[in-house]
Amino acid sequence: MAINLDIRVKKANKVYHEGEKITGVILVHSGSDVKHDGISLTMEGTVNLQLSAKNVGIFEAFYNSVKPIQLVSCTLDVASPGKIPAGKTEIPFEFPLTPRPNRTLYETYHGVFVNIQYLLRCEMKRNFLAKDLLKVAEFIVEYKASSYEKAVPHPVNFSITPESLHNVKDKGRIPRFLVTGHLDSTMCCVTKPFTGELIVEHCEVPIKSVELQLVRVETCGCAEGYARDATEIQNIQIGEGNVPCGMAIPIYMIFPRLFTCPTLSTSNFKVEFEVNIVVIFQDDHLITENFPVVLTRY
Amino acid sequence: MSTSKPLSLCEWSCQIYDYPANRQKRQLSWEEVSDHPLKPLVVTVIESRVTRRTLGGSTTSSTGSSTPTPTLESLAAALEGTDPLTHFARQEMDPLSKMAADMWEPVPTDQRKSKDALLDDVIEPWATRKSAILNKFTTSEKLSIVTSFLSGGEKVVVKAQSSVVDKVKNRLEQLDDFEEGSVRQMMDLTQQEYMHRIEQLNQELVQAWNHDQRVKALKIAIQCSKLLVDTSVIQFYPSKFVLITDILDIFGKLVYDRLRTKAEYYIPGSKTPTSLPESFTPDMVPESAKETCRNWFYKIASIRELVPRLYVEMAILKSYSFLTSSEFSQALLRLTRMIRGIGDPLVAVYAHCYLCRVGMAVTTGDREYIKENFYDFVASYNQLFSPSVRAELNRQKVDLSTYLTLYTPALDWILQGVAANAPEKLLVEILTRCKEKCNNSALLLNTIMAAFKPSYIAARALQFIEMVSACDEEGFPQYLLFRTLGLCLALADPPAEHRLQILNDVWRVVSRLTDAGHYVSCAEVWIQFAVRHFSSREVNTFLGDIIRHMTPERAYEHHYPQLQAVVNKVLTHTRDFESLFTMDKFLPLLDLFQKESIKVEVCKSIMDAFTHNNVQQEPTNDPVIINALMFICRVMHDSVNALTVDDEKRQIGNLISGFVKKVDYGRDFEQQLSFYVEARSAFPNLDSVHAQLVQSVNRLSVETRRIVKGHHTRKTAAFVRACAAYCYITIPSITSVQTRLELYLLSGEVALLNQCLGQVDACLKAALSLVPGLPRTIEVDGKQRSSEPYLISYLCHFLSTLLVVPDSPEQGVLYLTRGLLNVLQQYAWEPTSNARCVVYLHVLDMLSAAAQETYLYHIEKVDSNDILYGSDPKFISEINKMCSVLLEEILSHLKYLNTNEQFQKQASLAMDLFARVVIRGDLKEPSMTTLAINLWNLAHRHGHIDPKLSCVEKARTLEYLKKKSMQPGGNLYADLVKKLHMQTS
Repeated sequence: MAINLDIRVKKANKVYHEGEKITGVILVHSGSDVKHDGISLTMEGTVNLQLSAKNVGIFEAFYNSVKPIQLVSCTLDVASPGKIPAGKTEIPFEFPLTPRPNRTLYETYHGVFVNIQYLLRCEMKRNFLAKDLLKVAEFIVEYKASSYEKAVPHPVNFSITPESLHNVKDKGRIPRFLVTGHLDSTMCCVTKPFTGELIVEHCEVPIKSVELQLVRVETCGCAEGYARDATEIQNIQIGEGNVPCGMAIPIYMIFPRLFTCPTLSTSNFKVEFEVNIVVIFQDDHLITENFPVVLTRY
Repeated sequence: MSTSKPLSLCEWSCQIYDYPANRQKRQLSWEEVSDHPLKPLVVTVIESRVTRRTLGGSTTSSTGSSTPTPTLESLAAALEGTDPLTHFARQEMDPLSKMAADMWEPVPTDQRKSKDALLDDVIEPWATRKSAILNKFTTSEKLSIVTSFLSGGEKVVVKAQSSVVDKVKNRLEQLDDFEEGSVRQMMDLTQQEYMHRIEQLNQELVQAWNHDQRVKALKIAIQCSKLLVDTSVIQFYPSKFVLITDILDIFGKLVYDRLRTKAEYYIPGSKTPTSLPESFTPDMVPESAKETCRNWFYKIASIRELVPRLYVEMAILKSYSFLTSSEFSQALLRLTRMIRGIGDPLVAVYAHCYLCRVGMAVTTGDREYIKENFYDFVASYNQLFSPSVRAELNRQKVDLSTYLTLYTPALDWILQGVAANAPEKLLVEILTRCKEKCNNSALLLNTIMAAFKPSYIAARALQFIEMVSACDEEGFPQYLLFRTLGLCLALADPPAEHRLQILNDVWRVVSRLTDAGHYVSCAEVWIQFAVRHFSSREVNTFLGDIIRHMTPERAYEHHYPQLQAVVNKVLTHTRDFESLFTMDKFLPLLDLFQKESIKVEVCKSIMDAFTHNNVQQEPTNDPVIINALMFICRVMHDSVNALTVDDEKRQIGNLISGFVKKVDYGRDFEQQLSFYVEARSAFPNLDSVHAQLVQSVNRLSVETRRIVKGHHTRKTAAFVRACAAYCYITIPSITSVQTRLELYLLSGEVALLNQCLGQVDACLKAALSLVPGLPRTIEVDGKQRSSEPYLISYLCHFLSTLLVVPDSPEQGVLYLTRGLLNVLQQYAWEPTSNARCVVYLHVLDMLSAAAQETYLYHIEKVDSNDILYGSDPKFISEINKMCSVLLEEILSHLKYLNTNEQFQKQASLAMDLFARVVIRGDLKEPSMTTLAINLWNLAHRHGHIDPKLSCVEKARTLEYLKKKSMQPGGNLYADLVKKLHMQTS
């Protein structure tokens, strides 16, 4: 005799903006009558900061800042103790999406050390003989169109040569090559693809792969000290094998949802992004060119 | 009425008619009708059904009481509602006028659609190319697959894709991750095994999809497309492409269909959701479906590797139509550019090909992107000759020209999309582009010639020849270029003034080809050009050249199909066989076919062309043609042996017979006959040919008689006798008894017509002596049937001939008829069958006809028995005696039937005999009348004749007899009727 508890918000894409009302229904599906001691629904939004293993020593000093930051929290009693008849029961609800005082609603972001998450938590309390039922559903918060800055095109031309490389131990072993190209903008809207062009003008050794690496740079900390970690989000191959020389290969990458958000900088943490253009040679040597990018919602 | 009245034996006596007096016109009364006799009834059935359906909504096939008759109903049901005649009647228009109307009325589809259909006609569908590719690009090398979805094979350790080890498993990386440790590499697969594995993957994908494991399905799709990166067995790559894109197509269709059916669409004004209609616009798509669709594209955009990402996105490209209607051209252009990132030119060109293929399915009109794809290939053309490619080819031991031919399927497809309905200037544009970018690449020239309208190519044939000749030796094989050009010119004619130069220019190069295979594949195509545009002199030279090239080292042995194609092309384009055989190289060409079966095939096609293609042509008497064809026929004939299947024999027989029929020397009958003699000795093994020869000779004989108008001179009489002799000695060599019977009778008749009485006797006697040998069963329409009905009808025919055959003075009266009766007596009939008696009844008919003073029919200039005997009483009594014997036989058979309790047969036989007695017999004899009455009783005694039928029959018979009694001298009949009435009442 399974009882099925479900939360359905009205919007199919589950995207909400500050000030909007989150409406939806709690769906109870059961084969028989359900007795319960009340159903409650909680909306909460938190920023979770996590310690990277290698930084744990430094972090112990200011342990406070690792505590989750609550952005929004709100509880509703949806139903008082009673009975729900067998079959399908829908209980509608509605929350206004407003931040707690002195807080702002950041966009949903799933990272490694920083997580910004908004949840609806529905709990059905039952007597001591039966387990309480819990259902959690995530919804997504995005910035409103008006309140934040828009992406301004900021094109960048680049040219990678052996001479332009840093961090090289043995200059003599580097083959001769010239890779040029341009990025249409380093300031991008997260919903638009990241675009540009890349031309391998010439290259002494065969190329194995040309890749775009999207990297998140997460900074946790406060005035006293901080930890900064760069991790890969995704790696997109744009050139496979020995790409033809002199042909403009498009740079094209779609920013993954949830894993990217507009660049964020607060007093406690920062979320920034970078793109690496990686050229891997047949002998597995690789060269990387790094481009910090600024992401915006619009 | 006594039950056991013995049938008294009695003497028969024939009634003598006065034919001229009775020969008055009898006619049934006519009646005017206003309707087709079948139509009204059936139509009522239909109408009753239709009304039922509309009223009750019931579609059962049972019909109510309104149905006129049950039989009709079942008939109508068997014909699925309508019989064809009514069907036409019910259509408002007959098909022809409907077609005409359709032509005039503009088809109510939008312009775009019809234009699209037009394009589809121009572009050869992928499906037809698919099988060609699979057949052409095969390998005997071992293949390998890396996948996690098939069992078997060794495990491969796959290292983690990302260096960051996180406790949160990144969803983005899931797609690239294989299920841990389950990746297996299968090595050493043969091509068949490989194809089987791919088919397994295909099933796995569909199954996963049906079990709602969509991520797994996507993973399979990704893994499949990953296989396309691997060019390790390069000559198999095109086939691999075909196999894998098939899977991707299925995947794309699954995604699209699910999105469409899952989308809850509310038809305006309706509350219940349905799935989207087939043709929808993005604004009809609900938000939830769009979200699902976006999820697919986001998911795919995060695939790490380039080639799988491109292929999977191309596979589900059609699903963009849920999001926006305008994005296709953008997406296509973007994908086109992204393909530039693929380094391996072969992988890239096939990716271009797949994109064009998918693109054609989703867009209408816009074909700019296809051109873009082509130019991208042109731009990266030098990549084909890059050191890394050469190194790889060396490693795989594949030569460059083989490698380049791997490109043709993809390039052909791409350029075909560009060239479909393209204006001529595009050809010029592309040609110049190719010239500057890739220095007259042979590969591209080949594709261009194959893709553009043959008429464009034909108009520039000389220019092309120049370019082709300029192509360097290395790389794409030049002979293929000439072949492709030849194919173009076969479809479109170049300007007349260039033709000779074209052939000369091409042949100067082609005839220098040393490889016989290359040479013949050009010759096979160009022969058509030569045959169509030039006289037999040039064709002859051409054929001579072919022979010269194919003879060294018995090269022809390996190229029979091509040589066969050469012969076929010569045949289809030659209207004039004389010129064909006057070419001194044609028959030597045939000599190249040294394998018996192939040679026979070729001969067959020649004969086929001769008999069928030239139906309207006059029969031939040209000794050259006849000799050549005789030779060819003999080759075919000699191939027949004991192991030859019947169908083959039949075909060859028909072809040779066709040839025999075509030969006609006109008035030179002697020559004609000697041709038949020659043919007989040349083709001794084929029944059908012999039968044809006998028929032809008989025809010749009748023709002779027609010309002399029946008055044979000594010479013609001798000739027709020779003809008869020919037939008489030819027939025994035929194996089929049935055919022999027929032909003997026919030849006998023809001999009779030509007043060769001795030959008539011989033929008929031979036929009679054959009758016992007739098999009990014969094949009719492929089924074994009893030969009895055939024999009866044959004997009837025989009897009708016998009537006019005069008795030979050396033999007794009616000795042939007696002979026939003897044969019948000895023939092993089925014991219970009536057949023998049925024949006896017919003999009775014939004999009573023979007793008349003048016979009903005669052969001109042949005196039949009526003249010979002049109704001599001895002759008549002889006939009557014979009749009596027959009568006795029949009566004893009736008795036999009685003892065996075969009453039904007995009754019908009795009734038949009754009719003979009444009509043929002389009722003045009281014994005949008694016999008739007894038979009448016997027929009705056991009531075995169907009561209803018997009533009708009885009534009709009585009616007939009454009518007879009205006629002068009919009082005999009146008596009989009275007596019969007494019996029945």
